[in-house]
Amino acid sequence: MSTTLDPLVPGIPTPTGRSLADLVYDEIGILGAVEGERSFRRRLLEMGFLPGTPVRMVRNIPIGDVLEVELRTSRVSLRISEARSIHLAAPVQP
Amino acid sequence: MSRPVVAIAGNPNSGKTTLFNQLTGANAKVGNYAGVTVEQREGGMTLPDGRDVLLLDIPGTYSLSARSAEEQIAISVMAGLNPYHEPDAVIVVVDSTQLARNLYLVLQILELRLKVVVALNMTDVLAANHVSIDVDAVSAALGVPVVAVSARRGGGVKDLRAAVQKSLEAPETERSRAVTNGWDARLSEDVAAVEPFVPKGWDRDDDGRRRALAGWAIMSIDDDDELWDVPDDLRAAALGRRRAATAAGRDLDLDLARARYEWIDAQLPAFFETPLTPLRKVTDAIDKVLIHPAAGMLLFLVVMALVFESLFTWSAPLIDGVEAGVEAFTTGLTMLLPAGLLSDFITQGLVAGVGAVLVFLPQILMLFLFISILEDSGYMARAAFLMDRVMKAIGLTGRAFVPMLSGYACAIPAIMATRTMERQRDRLLTMMVVPIMTCSARLPVYTLVIAALFPPPSAEGGTLLGFFSLQALIMVAMYLFSTVMALAAAFVLGRTVFKGTTPPLVLELPPYRMPHPASVLRMMWERGRLFVTEAGTVILTCSVVLWVLLTFPQDVELSRDYAAEGNAARVAAGVAPILDVDDDGGVGDDDADAETGGVAAGEVIDAAAAEDASLLPVALMAALQDLRAAEAAERLRLSYGGRLGRLIEPTIAPLGFDWKIGVGLIGAFAAREVFVSTMGIVYGIGDEADETSMPLRERLHAETWPDGRPVYTPLVGLSLMVFFALAAQCMSTLAVVRRETRTWRWPIFLFTYMTAMAWASSFVVYQGGRLLGFS
Repeated sequence: MSTTLDPLVPGIPTPTGRSLADLVYDEIGILGAVEGERSFRRRLLEMGFLPGTPVRMVRNIPIGDVLEVELRTSRVSLRISEARSIHLAAPVQP
Repeated sequence: MSRPVVAIAGNPNSGKTTLFNQLTGANAKVGNYAGVTVEQREGGMTLPDGRDVLLLDIPGTYSLSARSAEEQIAISVMAGLNPYHEPDAVIVVVDSTQLARNLYLVLQILELRLKVVVALNMTDVLAANHVSIDVDAVSAALGVPVVAVSARRGGGVKDLRAAVQKSLEAPETERSRAVTNGWDARLSEDVAAVEPFVPKGWDRDDDGRRRALAGWAIMSIDDDDELWDVPDDLRAAALGRRRAATAAGRDLDLDLARARYEWIDAQLPAFFETPLTPLRKVTDAIDKVLIHPAAGMLLFLVVMALVFESLFTWSAPLIDGVEAGVEAFTTGLTMLLPAGLLSDFITQGLVAGVGAVLVFLPQILMLFLFISILEDSGYMARAAFLMDRVMKAIGLTGRAFVPMLSGYACAIPAIMATRTMERQRDRLLTMMVVPIMTCSARLPVYTLVIAALFPPPSAEGGTLLGFFSLQALIMVAMYLFSTVMALAAAFVLGRTVFKGTTPPLVLELPPYRMPHPASVLRMMWERGRLFVTEAGTVILTCSVVLWVLLTFPQDVELSRDYAAEGNAARVAAGVAPILDVDDDGGVGDDDADAETGGVAAGEVIDAAAAEDASLLPVALMAALQDLRAAEAAERLRLSYGGRLGRLIEPTIAPLGFDWKIGVGLIGAFAAREVFVSTMGIVYGIGDEADETSMPLRERLHAETWPDGRPVYTPLVGLSLMVFFALAAQCMSTLAVVRRETRTWRWPIFLFTYMTAMAWASSFVVYQGGRLLGFS
């Protein structure tokens, strides 16, 4: 599935109880709040992990505790354990 | 007036370094930013009108916000905060395939009110994917000149130079300004409340810049940040305002970041005729294999084996070549120079010191050949990604893997390779444990000790279970021991001296690219040059000091008259004696010489060498060589180094070492393998002895304490090897740590902790072994 990720979705996203780490391969989610240590949070916010931003799971390697996601045509890799502090809001229609 | 300064900034992987190289040609200077281990690169750039400007490379960053002194460099250089001067213009390099995230940094820089030129890089990649970007629209939206470039192919570089020249000549009114204006009333109020505390020297009476720096302060200042030169009242204001906002349920970090991204997301569609889609087809296909949990891991191990093989095996002929060259040069010099102290100083002090520096070059160049290919191709980020979990377990990052592995060949290039790590703490921690890895210089020592003191497979007790060679097993055990100790040291130091939680991983896997041969060569050249010029001088100084320690004092009372014995041997063999040779190599009758034992045996030999040696009987030559070795042994014993060896004997006796081993340990400071040849001199076998020398092995066997007990037992051998495994006995390692950290603090720490650990471990091995009944 080739997807264009839309810019910010207006309105306040509703939490879903899922985190970024729960996305499966190629699934798109909408970011909710980012929690965690301030410097980690700020880094992610400045890389565009803002509430309402669509994000697609590109790679998920549980054995290595790492994943890679795509947002705004950029890629970022995170630890799965740390991606659990990045919440998802309502999913978009595929 | 001094030449204008232009700073070049950009996201990591934006092609900033490639563009920097394109703009400066081959004349970059590499230094360090003050107070941190972050590298500062600068180089001359010629403008179209022929003027020369200084181009200053700012470390790649996603944002100007900072928590640590390293991260603060970007804002300090660009805003001209103490101790930097504001640059006359700034080039911001932007990866246009990831425009949104790259524009975030651009917006922050625009807010600082500078003369900005934006270089839209990788437009060729867009074009190849049939995406066209409207450069004029981008320029209009940002309010600064924008130039499309292709850093790798050199496209648009001429236009960029012209744009920089125009920008430098433009009036002050052309300075950039904030474009977002998206702050809501409450956020504006928060920033305005902090503005009065921005120091005068920071804002230069510019409202826009004051606002930008107030925003920076709110976003950066933290209760436990490591920023420097931030006034207390600004700190208090920023922290207070953020706390108040948090109490009111607002999040200033989020609001400030969102204001910029809202603008970016609103503007972006206007920049492209067709919407920009992620362009990663090829990279994704390659990554399906390269970071596959199984296949990728296997390939990673193959790549690492290749790197290791190159350091260990492929560089060997080059090292031999360097050594042969230095030796040939020494021989030539010895023939040219009159025999004596000056000749010894030049050959054994200076030339040997230069040789000690050059001998590292093959491995350094080889390692950086691989590192720059791995970095430029994008594979290094994958390696860090794959190794993250393993390295995190010992408190290090995935990027520490390559330096740790290289440590098995040699700590010098390995320590230089820590540069690929982002955080100062990770770099320092890796530097402190890499020297524990079993480097190739320890092998001759292990080989000598194992061969001399442990039975070979053919002898009784030489095999385990009748199959495994005891000698080979001990060698393997030494490798395992060093690995375990290095990991343990990392684990402990990472929780004490370098305390701090492992930082969260936020990593970008850049698209795969073909490495650029010119930039690979440039990296090798820069590393090699830095090592020779900076670490090299320390190594050279140390090797001269060591030579002095092991050579002086000269006018010592010798127990035998070696020269007279030599001459007696000559006469007995029917050869004319050498009468009296003074330091100038001339023959004369110097009374003082006669009183201090006359000519040295070495001089008798050297004078003989000047004759046609083939005319001398073989037996006489052998007798003279023995005399010379005996004299060298006595002179070494009486030297400062020999005295130092005896001085430290009480401290090393609990490890089972006598003063002669002490002298060997002092000699080994030049390089661990020098231990072997120093022991050769100590035992009067000559400095030609190597680890396979039978006379040296036999001599070790025969050596006894005054009470008749053998000095070298298997237990002492083990204790000695453990000491060598752990002690920081390598001046070159200390010199290169000093070069990388720019302070003596870390080499001193390294030396102290490793030596203490080595002593304690050897003590446990030797005394524990004795308690268990081993001798």
